[in-house]
Amino acid sequence: MSDSTAIVNGQAADAHEHPHPPYQRHHFENMGQQVDATNFAMWLFLLTEIMFFGGLFTAYLIYRNWYYPAFVVGSHQLSILWGTLNTGVLITSSLTMAMGVWCAETRRKGGLVWCLVLTFLLGLVFLGIKTIEYSEKIEKHHVPGFHYSVQSFVDPQSDPEVYKAYHDKPLRLDMARHTEVYFSLYFAMTGMHALHMIIGISILGFMIFRARAGAYTTGHITFVENFGLYWHFVDIIWIFLFPLLYLISRHG
Amino acid sequence: MSTTIVNLPDQSTARVPKTNFLSKENGLLSWLLTGDHKRIAMLYLISITVFFFIGGALAGLIRLELLTPQSDLMATDTYNKVFSMHGLIMVFFFLVPSVPATLGNFLIPIMIGAKDLALPKINLLSWYLYIAGGTLMLYTMITGGVDTGWTFTTPLSTHYLNTNVLGAATAAFIAGFSSVFTGLNFIVTIHKMRAPGMTWFRLPLFVWSHYAASILMVLATPVLAITLVLVGVERGLGIGVFDPAKGGDPILFQHLFWFYSHPAVYIMILPGMGVISEVVSTFARKRVFGYTAVAFSSVAIAVFGFFVWEHHMFIMGVSNYSTLVFSLLTMLVAVPSAIKIFNWTFTLYKGSLTFETPMLYAFGFMGLFTIGGLTGVFLGSTGTDIHLTETYFIVAHFHFVMVGGMLMAFLSGVHFWWPKMTGRMYPEKISQLAALVTFIGFNFTFFPQFILGTLGMPRRYAAYPPEFQILNVFSTAGATILGVGYVLPLLYLTWSLRYGEVAGNNPWQATGLEWQIQSPPLTENFVQIPVMDHDAYDYEWLERQKEKEVTTSVG
Repeated sequence: MSDSTAIVNGQAADAHEHPHPPYQRHHFENMGQQVDATNFAMWLFLLTEIMFFGGLFTAYLIYRNWYYPAFVVGSHQLSILWGTLNTGVLITSSLTMAMGVWCAETRRKGGLVWCLVLTFLLGLVFLGIKTIEYSEKIEKHHVPGFHYSVQSFVDPQSDPEVYKAYHDKPLRLDMARHTEVYFSLYFAMTGMHALHMIIGISILGFMIFRARAGAYTTGHITFVENFGLYWHFVDIIWIFLFPLLYLISRHG
Repeated sequence: MSTTIVNLPDQSTARVPKTNFLSKENGLLSWLLTGDHKRIAMLYLISITVFFFIGGALAGLIRLELLTPQSDLMATDTYNKVFSMHGLIMVFFFLVPSVPATLGNFLIPIMIGAKDLALPKINLLSWYLYIAGGTLMLYTMITGGVDTGWTFTTPLSTHYLNTNVLGAATAAFIAGFSSVFTGLNFIVTIHKMRAPGMTWFRLPLFVWSHYAASILMVLATPVLAITLVLVGVERGLGIGVFDPAKGGDPILFQHLFWFYSHPAVYIMILPGMGVISEVVSTFARKRVFGYTAVAFSSVAIAVFGFFVWEHHMFIMGVSNYSTLVFSLLTMLVAVPSAIKIFNWTFTLYKGSLTFETPMLYAFGFMGLFTIGGLTGVFLGSTGTDIHLTETYFIVAHFHFVMVGGMLMAFLSGVHFWWPKMTGRMYPEKISQLAALVTFIGFNFTFFPQFILGTLGMPRRYAAYPPEFQILNVFSTAGATILGVGYVLPLLYLTWSLRYGEVAGNNPWQATGLEWQIQSPPLTENFVQIPVMDHDAYDYEWLERQKEKEVTTSVG
């Protein structure tokens, strides 16, 4: 049956016989319920993600308390320039993502595709910068478990670039060795974050194709909206990681 | 006074309805790609049964080894692998998903008057994750196994063992996601999919207890996930979060692990408590006494459950002051648990009791869970804990709660809803016998272990001093009886799929929405979305419904 039959017959069709929009799943009473339920599910999922990263933040909190000097010199090894740049890149990508959601809401297909492509590219830039940072750590033997070296911390002058900037005093060997815990957490936290970025970028790639086919500009934007939430969430995790890992000791 | 409430249609004319969720579509693919919560529940039921019997066979091997004081049936490291795998399979692939993924999946949408769970695809995904995790776990078992125990204790798991820790941890990680998605789906469904008139305080207590368990699944499981990731990365790549040689702290692992694994105990038991509420009410013909108290006690158990984890670590060098606090908090969990037991008892009081199989299992649950719970108070008290921890007393304690409690509840629920799921009754007499055999076998198996524990027999060893043998022989003999008690239902339930009596819509004359529709239900559950106009467990409403039916058929 279709709308036209109902009109020809001159009768108001029963609520049950109204054709549902194609994107409404059969088990929902109406679109409102579907959108409500899906969004709620997404927020709950983000809650599980908070608990997931929560374990890492707990570990960070405890070890930072125990090994404060090691964490200070450890954070001196991170490039504040790259970190700030990456924070900027990520916040910008959140902006383009939010604009994408707005484009979907207002049914601007071209705008949506552009926003998604920009978000996708900014995500890749972030990972690229992260790769540069990681490779610096590999060169300096600051990757825990892979020929880890405490040279920069027991003898700071052997690392002239960092020494020039911070004039760190040499650490006693036992505290210097705890920098490995700092870098363990650095890699675990940024690594988990990067993994979330990679998942996000993959989904974005898929979404770009769907958006070009017009899938998100039909008025049903739950998917774009919820992906946006995910993307902002990953952004927010970074907003916490950046000060905890990079800026921790820079108050003077 | 009647001795049974079973009310079956006339067997000479009754048929299982031709159109139902089982017959709607045929072929393997229609099952493997289904979004129907009832079909996914059946998939879970089959796979969970498989894992239960694998875990059970491993338990049989453990008991057989412990028949004699020496380690003679298997080498000691094989024994370590056997009990580790027994724990891993039973915890992650039986107990955690047992009631929620089977009965919960099947019943929650129907009980709240919905056509399906809110996220059918996620539901199917969680079954696939379960299967993927389970397959990996079995693969780990046959390619060398793992001998960390189910707790992955560091630094044992990260540094000292050369067994397949990574495989087992990955399997548990994947199964964890299956559990997260199930819990998430339940919460969304219960919030957003309730039928008109189905207010929170009209929900069956089964739904309340699943809601509480789902909160735990969603909030606790991710912490296990990150902990296992860290163990894996530490073992595989050598980072140092838990490694004392690098300044890491293995106790932190314990905190993170038990932050999940204590709530996990309530993930396992809460859905079982939901089953008992339904069964006790139905076979006592009374509304559950203190409905609101029972509903909130589920939530209270979930909340308290998050603040007691350290009682697993009393002897691990944590501070005395925190021990004191956690001991007190642990005692608090006894309060909501006792509320449930007392309220079920008051429900029985002056009820019209009948003793069908689900009720027998429910009685088993109430008795054994009470013993399991009370011995938990021994272990929560720091003084006795120091003596009893890491002995067979602990083994007996959690088996009373998990096997005596949860497994009894699972079997109670499977029998209770079997007619609804399959449209056919299980054979009553033999199943009553099975319930009895299970109860006797259980007590024979695990009661001696309390005594062994107080005598000081440590857990996790393949050999023991000869003076402990007599009690171990008792325990192994009991395990044999218990095994019979578990194989029986497998046989007669399978038999009943074809030869059982036709059950009709409401064989127990129960009040839940699931009993007002055909058995097995239609794919969309309800022809018309019901409007709830009465409270849960309203037997007078049911009587009025029946009168109406009679008048319509006469008129």
